[in-house]
Amino acid sequence: MAHAYTPGLRVAELTVVRKERRLPLPGEVLVKLGAHVKAAQVVARTELPGNVESVNVANRLGVPPEDVPQCMLKKEGDSIEKGEVIAQSKSFFGLFKSSCQATVTGTVETVSSVTGQVLLREPPLPVEVRAYVDGIVADVLPGEGVVVETPATFIQGIFGIGGEIQGQLVMVVASADEILDADRLTEAVRGKVAVGGSLVTAAAIRKAIAVGAKGILAGGLHDKDLREFLGYDLGVAITGNEDKGVTLIVTEGFGKIRMAEATFNLLKRCEGMECSMNGATQIRAGVIRPEVVIPRQDKQPTNEEAGEGAGNMVVGSQVRVIREPYFGRLGTVSLLPSELQRIESETMVRVLEVRFGDGTQAIIPRANVELIEK
Amino acid sequence: MAEETQLNLTELTSILATDCGSTTTKAILIEREAGEYRLKVRGEAPTTVERPAEDVTRGVLNAVGEVEELTNRSILDGEVIVKPFSKDKGVDIYISTSSAGGGLQMMVAGVVKSMTGESAQRAALGAGAIVMDVLASNDGRLPHQQIERIRNLRPDMILLSGGIDGGTTTHVAELAEIISAADPKPRLGHGFKLPVIYAGNKNAREIVQNILGDKVDLFVVDNLRPVLERENLGPAREKIHELFMEHVMQQAPGYAKLMQWTDVPIMPTPGAVGLIIQTIAAQHGIDVVGVDIGGATTDVFSVFSGTFNRTVSANLGMSYSVSNVLAETGLDNVMRWVPFDMDELDLRNRIKNKMIRPTTIPQLMEELIVEQAISREALRLAFVQHKSFAVGLKGIQQERTISDTFEQKSTGETLVNMMSLKLLVGSGGVLSHAPRRNQAAMMLIDSFLPEGFTHLAVDSIFMMPQLGVLSTVHPEAATEVFERDCLIHLGTCIAPVGPARPGKPILELDIELPQGTEHVAMEFGQLRLLPLGVGEKARVRARPAKGLDLGGGKGAEVSEEVEGGVVGIIIDTRGRNPFVLPVDARERVPKLVEWIKALDAYPVEALSHR
Repeated sequence: MAHAYTPGLRVAELTVVRKERRLPLPGEVLVKLGAHVKAAQVVARTELPGNVESVNVANRLGVPPEDVPQCMLKKEGDSIEKGEVIAQSKSFFGLFKSSCQATVTGTVETVSSVTGQVLLREPPLPVEVRAYVDGIVADVLPGEGVVVETPATFIQGIFGIGGEIQGQLVMVVASADEILDADRLTEAVRGKVAVGGSLVTAAAIRKAIAVGAKGILAGGLHDKDLREFLGYDLGVAITGNEDKGVTLIVTEGFGKIRMAEATFNLLKRCEGMECSMNGATQIRAGVIRPEVVIPRQDKQPTNEEAGEGAGNMVVGSQVRVIREPYFGRLGTVSLLPSELQRIESETMVRVLEVRFGDGTQAIIPRANVELIEK
Repeated sequence: MAEETQLNLTELTSILATDCGSTTTKAILIEREAGEYRLKVRGEAPTTVERPAEDVTRGVLNAVGEVEELTNRSILDGEVIVKPFSKDKGVDIYISTSSAGGGLQMMVAGVVKSMTGESAQRAALGAGAIVMDVLASNDGRLPHQQIERIRNLRPDMILLSGGIDGGTTTHVAELAEIISAADPKPRLGHGFKLPVIYAGNKNAREIVQNILGDKVDLFVVDNLRPVLERENLGPAREKIHELFMEHVMQQAPGYAKLMQWTDVPIMPTPGAVGLIIQTIAAQHGIDVVGVDIGGATTDVFSVFSGTFNRTVSANLGMSYSVSNVLAETGLDNVMRWVPFDMDELDLRNRIKNKMIRPTTIPQLMEELIVEQAISREALRLAFVQHKSFAVGLKGIQQERTISDTFEQKSTGETLVNMMSLKLLVGSGGVLSHAPRRNQAAMMLIDSFLPEGFTHLAVDSIFMMPQLGVLSTVHPEAATEVFERDCLIHLGTCIAPVGPARPGKPILELDIELPQGTEHVAMEFGQLRLLPLGVGEKARVRARPAKGLDLGGGKGAEVSEEVEGGVVGIIIDTRGRNPFVLPVDARERVPKLVEWIKALDAYPVEALSHR
C-alpha cells in the first residue's frame, strides 16, 4: 500500500473559507445574497420561547384541581403582568376570597384541571447570529441563516477554550520555541490576539485576561495550567461555551511543544491583520477543531478550500508525530511498509518510517502521525 | 425489512450479519459446515453516514465486498444481496445492528426517581438506548428547569412512566404537562413529531392522551411497573425497538434502504449485545457479566439469577473519555497499578494528548502499562455504577420471618453476586487487542475482582452485536458461533474471599492437569499461573483456610471442574472483600512486579525501566 488515510490539521496560506451561520430555531434572515458583511454584524435573528414557571393554583387557593378553571381570571393565551391576580376563589358570600398572583410577566400557557397547576410563559428571548468573519453572503438558507464566504488564511488548532472572538494578531515572541510568559503581555495587547511559541503559562493566561487581550494562540499548554484556568479538571473535550474572558487555542497539544514552523511563520506574515477565532473543540464523531480565520478579501485563491482536513499520505508527505517517544517532531515519510510490525509495546500495527529534519529516522505506528496539510 | 418470508431455520446454510458502528461497519459471514455453524470470515469498511456518501448502505456494501474477496465467492449482484444461498452464491439471511449516528438517545420519566423512574431507565437501557436524563416528580428540579433540560437535550424519544395501575394520576399528569410545555423536537428529522411512549398507570392514559396527544407522537403500552413488586419491561422495550426502526433509523441517511434489505428488524447495537448475553446465561443456566469498554463509553451487561441489567457509563472510556477517567478516579488510583514512578506533570499532559488525539496507540511499553492501568480504573468505576443500578426493586413490601430479623436487608440490594458469577466476558480495544492475552486476564481480574471460580474470556473481534440479533432468529447458531469463534477463552480465575495476613498459608489445591495432578499451596497475597490449554479441563479440589470462602462456605473444601484457555488457571490469593493494595509505593511496587512476573503480563525489562 503506497498511501494511507490520516487525518490532519489544516494550515492554509490562502483558501476560501465558508462559514454556515445557522439559527437554533427558524427565524428571520437579515442580509441578502451577495451582501458584504462584517464579522460583528447580526445576519439572522429569532426568538426562543420564554421560560416556563408553574404555579400551583389549587394549593394557593385551597380548592380541588378540578375547580381551578372556574377560578381563573385569565384564560390560556392571555397576557399577564408580574403580580397581577390571575385566579381567585369564590367564597362564602364573597368574603374571605383567596387570590393567586402571576409570578412572571408573559402569557398563561396552560390551566390543568387534573393537577391544579397553571403554567405561565415568560416573553420570548431574542437570539441573534452574527457573521463571525468579514466576507460576502454566498448563500441564504431561508428562515435559517446564511453562508458567509471569504478568501482567508486558515489555521486549525488541536484544542481550544472559549467561543468566537475577533481581534488583531500580535506576535509577542520572536520564535516558535519561545515560551509565552506573563512578562510578554502588556497593555498593548488589549482587544488583540497574542501569538506565542511553544507554551503558554498559567501566569500568561491570567495576565492576558487582566490586560484585556481577546485571544491567545500558542503551541502547547500544560494540563495543570488548563485546570487552573478552568477551575476544574476537563474530562471530555467538548469546549467552546466557557466564559473565561479570553479565547485560547493551542496548535500542537499538551506540554511544551514548539509551534510548527509553517504555522508560526504564517501567523508572523499576518501580524497586524484582523482575525476571527473560535476555541470550540469537540473530539467525538463529527469532530470540531478550534480555528483562526484571517480574512484576505484583497486576495484570490487559486484553488478551493479542500475537504475537512483529511488526505492521503504518501512517501514524501510531511507529518507531525503525535505521540511519545517522538511527540511533536516533524518529518517526512520515507517508507510505508504494508505488513504489520511489532513495536516496543509488543503491539502488531501498521507502521511508517519517518525521516526527521536532522537526518535521523524512526519507525512509528501510522496511527501516531498526522499529515501537515498545505 | 424484507418481505415477511417464512425462514426455514433447519435449512439456513449461510448467514450474513453487519454491525454499523459510528466509525466502522463490520460484516461477518457464518456458514454451516458438517452440522455446525462457524464464522467464515469478517470484513470491515468505514461507516458512511456522514459526508460525502451520507448513505449507510455504501459502508455495508464495502464491508460485504471485503467478505466476498476473502471468501472468493459472490454475495452481491450489483448492489443487491442475493438470497437464498445457492450454488456458492448469495446468503440465506441478512441481519444487522446499528449504533451509527450516536445510537438511540432517550429521556425517561417516572413519578418517583428510585421506583418508576428507575424501572423506566432499566427498560430504556435494556433496549440499547443511551439514557440522557431521568425526569421525576422528586428529582429536586423545578418545572422550568426540567422543561429547559428537555429542550436542550433533544432526545430521539421519551419514555414516560409513573404510578402503579390504579395509583396516582396527578403526578403522571404533571410530568406530561412538563413534556408538553417543553414542546420537544426530535434530534433527527425536521417536521416530525417526537415519539413519546406512555407506559404508566393505566388509569392516566386518557389524561396523558389529552395533554400530549396533539403535540407529540404518542404511543401507549402496558404499565412497566403495574404493581410495586413487579416490573413488566417487555412491552415498553418492544415499542422502543419498533420506534427506533420506524422513527430514528428512518431519519438516518440510507437506513430506509438498509431496512428493506434485512430479514429481521435492525437492532440498536447494545440491545443486541444484551440479547446474546441473556441467551448464553439462559442456555447454560449461569450468571454472566459482559463488558464493552470503548473510546467514549463503557457498557456493562449482567444476568444474575435470570435478571438482566445493562448500564452505560457515558464518560468512561479509553480515548475520548480517557481524561475523564483520570478526573473521576484521581491520579493516585491510576498510579497504584503502575510498577514505576512517573512525573505527574508529564503523565497528565500525556493523558490529555490521548484525549485530543484519540486514535493514537502506545508505542512504548511504559505507555501501554499506563493505558492498561487507566483501563482498570475505567472498568472498576463502570462496574461500581453497574452494581448500584442492578438492584432488586425498591419500595416493595417484604414479608419477614423471625429469622429475617437477625439479617435485616433493605429493598434495592444489588443483584450482583461475584461468587455466583461463572463467566466474565470482556470486549473493546484495550481488552481484545492487548498484545498479551495475559494482560487482558489481569485487567479483568484487577478491576472486577471475581470470587470463587470464574471463567474469563474476551470477544476477539467484537461479534457480539451480530450474534445478538442472530439469536432472535436462530439461538443455537448464535450460541455455537459465540462459543467457538467469538470468544477467546482466557482461562479460569480461582480466588478465595476473606481477609488474612500477608504470607499466611491460606489455600491448598490438588489440580488434575492433563500432565498429572499438581499440588499447589498458596499464601495470602500471591498470584500464580498454571497452564491449561483451550478446550482442556481440570478437576480442582481446593481447601481454603479457616475464615476463607471459595463458594462452599468458610473453610469448606470445594471440588470443581475448570476450563482452560490461552492463559490458563490463575490462582489469586490477593484477597477479596477486602482487596487491598499497599498505599506505600515502596511496598506496593515490589508486589506489582511480583504479580506481573507471575502472570508474565509484561516483559521483565520494562518493569525496571525507570
